[in-house]
Amino acid sequence: MSNTIAQKKGFGATLWDYLTTVDHKKIAIMYLIGGGFFFILGGLEALAIRWQLIVPENDFVSAGFYNEILTMHGTTMIFLAAMPLIFALMNAVLPLQIGARDVAFPFLNSLGFWLFLFGGILLNCSWFLGGAPDAGWTAYAPLSTTSPGHGVDFYILGLQISGAGTLMGGINFLVTVINMRAPGMTYMRMPLFTWASFVTSALILFAFPALTVGLFLLMFDRLFGSVFFDANYGGNSVIWEHLFWIFGHPEVYILILPAFGVFSDVFSTFAKKRLFGYTAMVFATVLIGFLGFMVWAHHMFTVGLGPAANSIFAVATMAIAVPTGIKIFNWLFTLWGGSIRINSAMLWALGFIPSFTIGGMTGVMLAAAAADYQFHDTYFVVAHFHYVIVGGVVFGIFSGLHYWWPKMFGKILDEKLGKITFWTFFVGFHLTFFIQHFLGLMGMPRRYWVYLEDQGLDLGNSISTVGAFFMGVGALVFLYNVIYTSVKGEKVGGDPWDGRTLEWSIPSPPPHYNFAQAPLVRGLDPLWIEKTEGRKGMTPAEPLDDIHMPNNTILPFVMSVGLFIAGFGFIYQAEYTGGFIAMFVGMGITLGAMFTRSVKDDLGHHIHKEDLDKGAGM
Amino acid sequence: MSSHEDVLNPKVMPEEPEKATLEGKNKFLGFWFFLGGETVLFASLFGTYLALKGSTMDDNTSQNLFELPLVFIMTMLLLTSSLTSVYAMYHMKNNDFGKMQLWLGITVVLGLAFLGCELYEFYHYIHHYEFTFRSSAFGSAFYTLVGFHGGHVLFGLLWIVTLMVRNAKRGLNLYNAPKFYIASLYWHFIDVVWVFIFTVVYLMGVI
Amino acid sequence: MAENTNSVNNELDYHKKKKKEEMKQQVITFALMIVFTIIAFTMVEADLDKLFVIPILFILAIVQVAFQLYYFMHMSHKGHEMPSLMMYGGAAVAFLTVLTLLVLVWW
Repeated sequence: MSNTIAQKKGFGATLWDYLTTVDHKKIAIMYLIGGGFFFILGGLEALAIRWQLIVPENDFVSAGFYNEILTMHGTTMIFLAAMPLIFALMNAVLPLQIGARDVAFPFLNSLGFWLFLFGGILLNCSWFLGGAPDAGWTAYAPLSTTSPGHGVDFYILGLQISGAGTLMGGINFLVTVINMRAPGMTYMRMPLFTWASFVTSALILFAFPALTVGLFLLMFDRLFGSVFFDANYGGNSVIWEHLFWIFGHPEVYILILPAFGVFSDVFSTFAKKRLFGYTAMVFATVLIGFLGFMVWAHHMFTVGLGPAANSIFAVATMAIAVPTGIKIFNWLFTLWGGSIRINSAMLWALGFIPSFTIGGMTGVMLAAAAADYQFHDTYFVVAHFHYVIVGGVVFGIFSGLHYWWPKMFGKILDEKLGKITFWTFFVGFHLTFFIQHFLGLMGMPRRYWVYLEDQGLDLGNSISTVGAFFMGVGALVFLYNVIYTSVKGEKVGGDPWDGRTLEWSIPSPPPHYNFAQAPLVRGLDPLWIEKTEGRKGMTPAEPLDDIHMPNNTILPFVMSVGLFIAGFGFIYQAEYTGGFIAMFVGMGITLGAMFTRSVKDDLGHHIHKEDLDKGAGM
Repeated sequence: MSSHEDVLNPKVMPEEPEKATLEGKNKFLGFWFFLGGETVLFASLFGTYLALKGSTMDDNTSQNLFELPLVFIMTMLLLTSSLTSVYAMYHMKNNDFGKMQLWLGITVVLGLAFLGCELYEFYHYIHHYEFTFRSSAFGSAFYTLVGFHGGHVLFGLLWIVTLMVRNAKRGLNLYNAPKFYIASLYWHFIDVVWVFIFTVVYLMGVI
Repeated sequence: MAENTNSVNNELDYHKKKKKEEMKQQVITFALMIVFTIIAFTMVEADLDKLFVIPILFILAIVQVAFQLYYFMHMSHKGHEMPSLMMYGGAAVAFLTVLTLLVLVWW
């Protein structure tokens, strides 16, 4: 088979290239676009929520519609914005950081992306088909089992499909890290972002099956007449809560750990220092992942599990503050005495430390089970989880995007616009959520669509809404920055930040085989080691030879389309014959594509060494 | 193209053909990890079942429904099919393709027999006892747990048959050896789950 | 060259023997599993005391599963460190899940 590197071509060919690609760098870009789209959507929903709450007893939206945007904001932001944006960063740099030419399962990688996208589209189709899900992003039964219309069905099927994609992504990155590292890249030489992604992938592997089962039970109850959560038939809705949080709590660590990894890399690059306490950082990451599985019931303190269970989960939750504290101090010590450069990426990282620390502290407060009876379901909780998820994950994503943008696209995002984004977003963020702590303490319950005036809640809510619009402006400036940079930005070389890790040793954007020759890794921060010894780049670990690469394929796209159709089929099978047919047609398409994948050999192709860019990957 | 052929069809088959190529190694590891995830999936189903075990709405309790002789036969069928797939892998490592296909064929037959028994069992419960997916939370949990396992058996059978038919003419090589190997891992895992099902659902159900 | 083929053949013979040895072990394992299953079923049929039977059923099941994993699925072989790690990880989460749904659902 011949060399099929993408040449200059028309729109149709480019589209086809992206539909069929198995290249992790292109998949990263697709994750970025998909996740970015849903981030904007979720942001608009957030603005609608805040606009409704700007004055007491507002009637900007109806109560029912408020429930829908509130549910969709949470669901979209967690599953369709944060997860894919994290996956975008992981796809873009993880293979580069370990000196790999590709991920372990390029096919599954592409399938994971398409499943996420079609799951997300399916979920959002609900807007146009009788109303979005309205049972909250946690979809507690029996609220979710009795919710009228098909909103919750879209939630179930949409998340089921995109969740399957996430699970595949997790397995893919686990195996990539274990099997695909360059010579000399031992586990304890991996950059922190790679480590964090590795642990995150393990969490995905163990957490998502619980969600899968929970969603199946809910689907059977709603669509096929089973009675898991129906007390009339001996069902029990607490099962849903457990299954949801057995998944749901690890999920927040799935989101935050890669962000921790980003900050670690950013701090050490821009402080020009080896990460302080690397071993402790790795240990803390693993420990957070481990403890992350033993704390889920702290979301359920008020369910009535009893004092023994509540105490156990309270103590386990507080214990997580220890490894997290280790991390915060190690970042501070990395900065201490470093030759610090402050740019946009660094600003996000610096802004993260105080923001996240506040979120962590309120976390410990919430972990105290007795006090939680007071905080539960108030805006205090809303403030807490936005401090960790926005102040941690979103800041991490922004930081990572600024840091790796030149690696992904060959251009540095405009610094001035970057700084404007940071300051508007940062100020807006604290304006929005800091006041919500106090609103919560004053007793304002979450998820209510109105509040009465003159109860001390008016001013706080107005301030919060103003802040939200600041965040919106910040996001818009970032969007403008992306367009501005891609039009006006200047091309930069492979190593614009004077980087330390392997991804900076190859051109930007990297050739599709990443490394012409696998690099020889001689320690932590391998590129920095070579630089300190006066070399320009990495020493190759192998002679120049033909490179084996996987073939493009449309099958992942077809499989996902099949499940998308089947998703509609499942939702409507009870009412329409068409739904019944769609269910079988969709599953048939997916199984047919799987069958094709199984019987058709896919041996990949070779790039001949004569065709490699000279000097690439050196 | 020729280089692929050479690499995938070596003169002497390596000791562990399923792990001789990087793709094979990746598949091997990735599939094991998938099984780690499946463990949690089935644990969630088992947990749900155990929580709802007592939620019977009528006389259709586990004590009244389950009949151990049939379960014993099903257990023997699946257990034996596990051994036959071990034999298949043994012959794969000896590069004896014909015998491998034979033993896989026996595995498939045993798996089909198991599925037949399970279908009969469900049919029996539904028509004889009117014990259905919808009649009680216990019913929902029972059919979901055992049905998920049955679904895994069905998928495993389709998978193994596809592999057997696809490779019937060309024999074993380093491209399909990992596929056969992980299909057999999947089959063993199905048996692992069944061990817990017959213990937790059936045996503890009639005590 | 001849010597080379010879040593390859010797090695093949050695491996063949080893595999045969292992196959024998696996048949023994299988026999044990059958025996365990029969014990489990007879114990239940014999209507023994509940508190006595249930722990033994569990132990038998776990031993059977260990046999399946370590002998039939070769987890005892070299190169299974990561699979073991992930299986034990999965088992730990599985244990917590089942335990929770057993004791923290009804009260």
